[in-house]
Amino acid sequence: MITPNHKAPLTFATIEPDVGLRAAMAKPRADLIAEITASQLKGRGGAGFPTGVKWNLAAAAQADVKYVICNADEGEPGTFKDRVILTDHADLVFEGMTIGGYAVGSKTGILYLRGEYTYLRPHLDAVLAARRKKGLLGVNVAGKQGFEFDIEIRMGSGAYICGEETALIESLEGCRGEPRNRPPFPVDTGLNGKPSIVNNVETFAWATCILVKGSAWFKAIGTQRSTGLKIFSVSGDCKLPGIYEFPMGITVNKMLEAVGGADAKAVQIGGASGHCVPASEFGRAIAFEDVSTGGSIIVFGHQRDMLAVAKNFLEFFVEESCGQCTPCRDGNPKLLEGVEMLEHGRCSMRYLNELSSLGETMQVASKCGLGQSAPNAFLSIIKHFKDEVMGRTQGAAH
Amino acid sequence: MLVTEQERLKSDIGTWLQRFGNDRAALIPVLQEIQKKYARVSEYGMQVLADQLGIHPVEVYSVVSFYSFLDHRPQGKFVIRLCRTISCDMQGKARVAQQLESDLGITFGETTPDGKFSLEWANCLGMCDQGPAVLVNDIIYTRVTPATVHDILETCRKTFGVYALESSHEEGHA
Repeated sequence: MITPNHKAPLTFATIEPDVGLRAAMAKPRADLIAEITASQLKGRGGAGFPTGVKWNLAAAAQADVKYVICNADEGEPGTFKDRVILTDHADLVFEGMTIGGYAVGSKTGILYLRGEYTYLRPHLDAVLAARRKKGLLGVNVAGKQGFEFDIEIRMGSGAYICGEETALIESLEGCRGEPRNRPPFPVDTGLNGKPSIVNNVETFAWATCILVKGSAWFKAIGTQRSTGLKIFSVSGDCKLPGIYEFPMGITVNKMLEAVGGADAKAVQIGGASGHCVPASEFGRAIAFEDVSTGGSIIVFGHQRDMLAVAKNFLEFFVEESCGQCTPCRDGNPKLLEGVEMLEHGRCSMRYLNELSSLGETMQVASKCGLGQSAPNAFLSIIKHFKDEVMGRTQGAAH
Repeated sequence: MLVTEQERLKSDIGTWLQRFGNDRAALIPVLQEIQKKYARVSEYGMQVLADQLGIHPVEVYSVVSFYSFLDHRPQGKFVIRLCRTISCDMQGKARVAQQLESDLGITFGETTPDGKFSLEWANCLGMCDQGPAVLVNDIIYTRVTPATVHDILETCRKTFGVYALESSHEEGHA
């Protein structure tokens, strides 16, 4: 097992096993969902959809079969918190999935693990086997008569787009990971056309914590619109990269202090699909209402060339675009071409403005979250570092 | 492909389909097994799988070509994937890449003529706090430096082929 470079103490480590599950089983379904809703827990994968609302919709849907899917296709550049959670706190995640299964009335849980994390598979299989042995999976889960639930693991095959929930479902059905039109949403028409909840690894773990410590505890932390705690994966130019837990709404400044990166030039928040925040805006809050992130924090020191950063992200999207819709498939290569022109100092301001407008078009016209967020990094770097990226002399060492 | 190998592949596909449930949802798990055992998904394999599932072979091909861990070209025994994403990039991935290419005598996207190593780029391997990261089949290496590239390759060589067997007559075969 790979341990992180640094791991701050996490709330997850203080949670007693199976207390949350038993607390959930003791409640009627409606009360359980009400508890999650009251905590105002929002999806920790980055999209920030309220978990309680999602569960409620799936619970209300009429169907013989429903699915609980855990999205462990952690592919966002700079994110590794799900890997650490699955390594150290897999029980909490499986417990959260079981609670979700009880809440929506599902018998089948699926953990979709990215192919790059295949080395976690034996560990996770062992945790699942131990849970089955203890009666925490299978028939009459944790002694609850009539509640049946089990979890299987399915492997991804190296496609970033499969982290998008409908692409993930397509992949589970044996197809190319191409996102579907939404609506219908997976809570209504998900895997095999059945109601499905798709939640991030961390979301399930927090759901378990909320059942143990109560929604009031969770809600009291963070901001009004972004409640609770969040796990962050910090990398880049700082003294102590690694795993951290902070309340939602923490300012960039405060976080940089904690990780030893106070003299940073910029911070990329939310990975390749996130935003680049320059030093002048380090007072901003990391929350759904300000700068949102699924947990990725990449710190850039003063020696970094921001154009090279933009180029790296665009190369990423050119490769990972599924190719289904035009704005994303053709827009990303066009932006990358623009970055290459900038590199050689051959991009006019007029053309740069054209590129910015192309980026804005991609944000509104792309089919899924990948295409809609692909230009974010480019646009924010162009906006904040115009002086740095323009007027380069050809072959200059940057 | 030898006839015996085709037969083996066909019977393997049958076994795997039974294990994973003989429907479309079994397609990717079976393809993953084929890739693991045969280091590629051949056209013949795609055809057999399509027949068994009652779908058009082009559907199988479209899936194989979509996922970067599935490949219809023969891959090496060891597929080496170097993370190219920003955090590993800032920690010196370019020099590791250079050294991998020099030590293997191939560029990214190629396989060594002896069929042992393939060299590929990977997108974020989730080791951003301890890069550069290299994934060799299912084994992850972190904080890789140009100097430790050689050790990783030696570890591979020792687990497979002539060095593992310590018999020189295998040399021509490899």
